[in-house]
Amino acid sequence: MKTDPTAERWTAVFLSDDAVERLRRAADRPETAGTPYTIVEELGRGGMGTVYRAVDATLDREVALKVSTLGQADPEEAERMRKEARVMARLEHPGIVPVHDAGQLPDGRVYYAMRLVRGKRLDRWAEGRTLSDRLGVFQKICEAVAFAHAHGVIHRDLKPENVMIGAFGEVLVLDWGVARRLGEPAEPQGTVLGTRAYMAPEQERGRTDLVDERTDVYALGAILAFLLEPAGPTGRVPRAIRSVASRATQREPEARYPDASAVSADIARFLDGAVPAAHRENIFERLGRFGARHRTAILLVLTYLVVRALLILFLAR
Amino acid sequence: MREDTDIGGRLSRFPTTRRSAVLAAGSEDHAEKERAFELLVATYWKPVYKYLRLKWRADNEQGKDLTQSFFARAFEKDFLRSYEPRKGSFRNFLRVCLDGHVANERKAARRQKRDPGAPLLPLDFAAADGELVGQGLPAGQSLEDYFHAEAVRSLFALSVEALRAECASRGKELAFHFFERYDLDPGPSGEPSYAELAADHGLSAAEVTSQLAYARRTFRRIVLDRLRAVTGSDREFREEARAILGRGIL
Repeated sequence: MKTDPTAERWTAVFLSDDAVERLRRAADRPETAGTPYTIVEELGRGGMGTVYRAVDATLDREVALKVSTLGQADPEEAERMRKEARVMARLEHPGIVPVHDAGQLPDGRVYYAMRLVRGKRLDRWAEGRTLSDRLGVFQKICEAVAFAHAHGVIHRDLKPENVMIGAFGEVLVLDWGVARRLGEPAEPQGTVLGTRAYMAPEQERGRTDLVDERTDVYALGAILAFLLEPAGPTGRVPRAIRSVASRATQREPEARYPDASAVSADIARFLDGAVPAAHRENIFERLGRFGARHRTAILLVLTYLVVRALLILFLAR
Repeated sequence: MREDTDIGGRLSRFPTTRRSAVLAAGSEDHAEKERAFELLVATYWKPVYKYLRLKWRADNEQGKDLTQSFFARAFEKDFLRSYEPRKGSFRNFLRVCLDGHVANERKAARRQKRDPGAPLLPLDFAAADGELVGQGLPAGQSLEDYFHAEAVRSLFALSVEALRAECASRGKELAFHFFERYDLDPGPSGEPSYAELAADHGLSAAEVTSQLAYARRTFRRIVLDRLRAVTGSDREFREEARAILGRGIL
């Protein structure tokens, strides 16, 4: 290789680790000039973008601003972000974060503004909660996902980290970045999207042609299993509710619930004191459930029988 | 912060480009191949030298000689052509080639005999040694991660210089000055406020915001363009860019 030592030389500064980190932040900082948003702080980072707490000067309110990482440098990522915003905007449901606005920043990155949810992620919220609280929240998650399924949308990345519990108990399903509308062309075979611990076998194998509502059902079952372990203050988890998690996480899609509304219905059955469709009761469970459902009547009858027996004994003396 | 690196070639010879220098390094066009090599050497020589010193415990002279011979051989033997993007990142390929080169050199128990007439690359090894004294391998960091971190440090350092040159050529020296004071080297007292920067130059805070936004946007573009040039495929570029800009690596 020929290089001319007498040629004009150029110099590069030495950058400390701190300087590299500052430069990285400077290069990554979204340029919001020309938009109503002012960045306040970073809330979190994902594979596709970063979410910031920002102030919307027009409406004088705080919002969550999701900004893509690469923008024009990665047209596929930009399109995925736009698609995510469109999917969320179409799904108007109390369990799905509303999108207020979407667009492109002057630096070419795609953004969308959504409601700023103040609360805890499900994985952090669950600790120390009762089984009843956990199942109540799980049912709300199922309802939000069932709404999406009814509108032909599969989430494909359900996991505790993507569920937020608000300060007033509201439950919101987040991160619809890899959601797909049923009927749209699937990604090429072998494409693996989602998070392994909550991923259905067909999704893990990259069988994009087999991914449907039952793929989300599998993830819901995995979330339910997560919520059942540890068992919470009572320490005991009924077999019936474990059966729901088990049916939802069957290896073969055909063996699972058909969609999220069916999971929700089975949870509702359990909470109402009935037997979930996924569970086969044994005699002891049946007696226990009968006792729990008719506790007052049983107590009245028993009281009557005891009083009657005492009376007979008293009169027989 | 101090100046420490001298390397052959002019900044103007490294235009910001979307073409991969990794691919161009295997070009039949000698001039294109030479330009591509200069860009790759500019980005990777320091990580290579420091890696040799740390992993192979090369002393100063061995490190210099192995760095020179590695790049010389890569150019002469065209072994960068054998890089296949589907098998992994170019950075890892380069590191594996480097390990192979050192093993061969040591096995033969002789130093690479270069053509005595061939010019050496004017690399500032003394500066790299100075960085190593204060730096070393951080506890818990693998050599692979270290090599990656050094490659990013080099990429950012070169991008800062490219930003300085671009700002100067466009009459935007003030934008670079604000970038330097706010983002690059705020000093021990920390970042000045936009109002303080504005007051120092008799400007409004909005003008400082605008100048800084220009500098950051340009810096971001330069980093991405240079990164695209020193990665071997679009996929590698996107993954590296996300790792560098999206999550942080040091």
